[in-house]
Amino acid sequence: MSARNRELFALIPVALLVTGGFAAVFIVQSNQIGDLSLTYGAYFLAVCLATHLLIRVRLPYADPYLFPLVALLAAFGLVVMFRIDESLAVKQASLFVVGLLLFALTITLLRDYEILERYRYVIATTGIVLLILPRFPGIGEQVNGAYLGIDLGPIEFQPAEAAKICIVIFLASYLRDKREVLVVGARRIAGLILPPLKHFGPLLVVWGAAMVMLIIIRDLGSSLMFFGAFLALLYVATSRISFVLIGLAMFVIGAWVLSSTVGHVGDRVEIWLDPFGRGAPDGAGQITQSLYAQADGGLFGRGLGSSLLELPGPFKPDCAQPFPDCGSILPAPHTDFIYAVIVNELGLFGAVAVVITYLLIAERGFKTAVLARDGFGKLLAAGLTAVFALQAFVILGGVVRVIPLTGVTLPFISYGGSSIVANMVLLGLLLLISDRARRPVGQ
Amino acid sequence: MNSSIVKLYVLVLALFVTVVAFTSYWSIVDAEELRERQDNRRSLIEAQKIPRGKITTADGTEVAVSVPQGSGNQRIFTREYPQGELFGHPVGYSFVEFGQTEIERSENDVLIGRDNEFVSLLEQLEGQVDEGSDLTLTLDAEAQRIARDGIQSAISIPGTGGSLVALEPDTGAVRAMVSEPGFDPNQVPDDFKQLNRAEGSPLLNRPTQNPQTPGSTMKVVTATAALDSGEFETSTTLNGDSPIDISGVPLENAGGESFGTIDMADALTNSVNTYWAQVGEQLGPETMVEYMERFGFFRDPPLDFPPDELAPSGIYNSDRDLVRDGFDVGRVAIGQGGAEGQILATTLQMAIVSAAVANQGKLMEPTFVQEITDPDGRTTDELDPSEYSDVMSEETAAEVSEMMTSVAEEGTASSLSVPGATLAGKTGTAEIDLDAGINQAWFMGFAPADDPQIVVAATIERCQGCFGGEVAGPIATDVMASLLGG
Repeated sequence: MSARNRELFALIPVALLVTGGFAAVFIVQSNQIGDLSLTYGAYFLAVCLATHLLIRVRLPYADPYLFPLVALLAAFGLVVMFRIDESLAVKQASLFVVGLLLFALTITLLRDYEILERYRYVIATTGIVLLILPRFPGIGEQVNGAYLGIDLGPIEFQPAEAAKICIVIFLASYLRDKREVLVVGARRIAGLILPPLKHFGPLLVVWGAAMVMLIIIRDLGSSLMFFGAFLALLYVATSRISFVLIGLAMFVIGAWVLSSTVGHVGDRVEIWLDPFGRGAPDGAGQITQSLYAQADGGLFGRGLGSSLLELPGPFKPDCAQPFPDCGSILPAPHTDFIYAVIVNELGLFGAVAVVITYLLIAERGFKTAVLARDGFGKLLAAGLTAVFALQAFVILGGVVRVIPLTGVTLPFISYGGSSIVANMVLLGLLLLISDRARRPVGQ
Repeated sequence: MNSSIVKLYVLVLALFVTVVAFTSYWSIVDAEELRERQDNRRSLIEAQKIPRGKITTADGTEVAVSVPQGSGNQRIFTREYPQGELFGHPVGYSFVEFGQTEIERSENDVLIGRDNEFVSLLEQLEGQVDEGSDLTLTLDAEAQRIARDGIQSAISIPGTGGSLVALEPDTGAVRAMVSEPGFDPNQVPDDFKQLNRAEGSPLLNRPTQNPQTPGSTMKVVTATAALDSGEFETSTTLNGDSPIDISGVPLENAGGESFGTIDMADALTNSVNTYWAQVGEQLGPETMVEYMERFGFFRDPPLDFPPDELAPSGIYNSDRDLVRDGFDVGRVAIGQGGAEGQILATTLQMAIVSAAVANQGKLMEPTFVQEITDPDGRTTDELDPSEYSDVMSEETAAEVSEMMTSVAEEGTASSLSVPGATLAGKTGTAEIDLDAGINQAWFMGFAPADDPQIVVAATIERCQGCFGGEVAGPIATDVMASLLGG
């Protein structure tokens, strides 16, 4: 069977999930949901099919499972969104259409991804500017202490989502150039293999950038995601575990120093260590509610649409914003804590299904990197996959209290346009690399 | 580079496995503990979404109803009590912030539908699993009102209380239960702290929770022990003079009256302390305790009520511990005692004593539940009288019953009557504060004496210079008249 036919068949479970999930939510909440919303499920499937046809034409050799896996996550997110709030699901569905349009643009316009290497400094600068944007007065906005979003009138945008792609492109291209000198020039000093001093500088710059980012956007999660991707790439490029350990140690020390000076980051760490403590800072309720939701779910969950989410009448706090921004027992159920909603309603089984989907995407992504024949493609595929997997880990880990909670989105599942659009572009790049890697020699 | 990529994948795998491990910990391993944490309000809020079943009395008066607020997913129900204070006891209250008490608590599973077996698969799919069953109580609203009004107006000393229990001797059905001062359950959400500290403890359900000195009503227990053990007959005579040394301390009859040599029937009719104290001494503590236990003393009464809102009757020492020996058995036999052992009984317990006599010696389990109806109108449970214990032989019961009839005809309760029925009963006047002349007034009895339909025990905890027959008695007979008339 050809790769594209496999892709088409792999879309069948996605169709089943969307149909079944929407029907289940519809049955449970039929008194509040209009029949019309059901049609959005159908639109979503039609758009997926169209995308498949485009891939068939443009990237006939690309990995057949990446797109269906992403569609599966998106379908999952759509169903959960439909359960949280009908209108959110409708918006999320339109955001997917936008995301898929950008995906289509990426794979159509970018015929040769090596062009990206040529513009690496432009791309790097763009990435850094994007990251700093939220601190610009007038357009930046602070959410829960972190500066992650910018507000351009009608459009709210989280620039970190786009920045992560820019930075991975830059790092992949920089390391492809310098990997040999980094490896060959390395010295053993006091039992540690250190990179040559001359090339140590740029690495320090990246570390410094991560620290500055921690100060500027005040978000440990994004910082962890960026720096983690950098270390992953450094490791893939040099195969020197000591480089990674040095980098990690520097990050931990830096983050520790900063967490005691930047109040917001320190609070997050303190809540993480003891969310039930009597003296826990404000905001500890977020993580405890997340754990309560998971405890309520158990092995099989309460069923789609059947968990307690919107607080009834007298329990509802006084606030102007509509549900789910306010009046939900679980804070931010559609963004940060969507995984807790999934555990609550679909239980450990549903949650494991989601995690496995992410793992499969990571597997296909790394496989693409292994198959890639050129150094840049290899590093780019590995970097994009690493940053994607780290993003998922940072938010999942925060929600289940493996690491301090931070404000990154759960790729393709949580609500938010920038995340969907950026990750669709990321998918497009991966498929571009994959198509070239798997193309039979001579064609 | 490829081997590094594979290692990187293994790292990612490890990270995600950690996420799954933590998810399992919260959702399975630690779930129970998380669910029970104080600040986890999920179960409280879920409970509010269930329409709690309606509580009505046997005559159809609505006592507790659930009123919806909001709509759709946001709809919750709050409890309202249309009868206000009248059924504050023994129905209790149910509010999210304050939990449940009394019948609302003991029948909670029924009222929220947790025991409902007839839930269809479709209902489960629709998420409509929980809906409470309706509860019909054995209580009678009119009798409750008469009892409440009577007790209320008989309380003359502020900060003190009174209580009444009416039972059907052959079924155990509780027809009235009054505790004064009472409370209006509708005010609990606003005034809980105030009610909790208020003078006279209105939240305390006295008939089940507040054991008091039973005085001469205890002589019915002593008479049962004497006759049923075979050691006495109704014709057994003893010296009824006053005073007589009991446990080395002189004991007087009421008003210091001497009766000479009298038999048991006369001794009960005239409530002769010295006679009954001698009976107690001759029976000994073991026999007395044995018969008290047959009547249900020394443990929680067998009522469908929250266990911690029931208090056992029995012999309490000065440390408030139950004792079974070492007490002054002569004084316990007449409903008194001393520091080493004082008999204390709840109104419910004294009603149970009368009920056993009235029901030919067989004690039926008292109950509040007449009928349970599920949301579809099916009767899922109804009162099925069950025997709790065989207290005495039919013969003993007939003899005690006859003596109690004489009490009402020519003795301390001769001023009392129930229209159209012969009354059997026993008064009690326990001296609480001799110097101030403060007594506790008791009456317990049943009617009609030859075919008992209703048993009542009533007490006014404190009154000045009063007697059981004149203060507690009339309230009890009014309640009997009301219940026999209907």
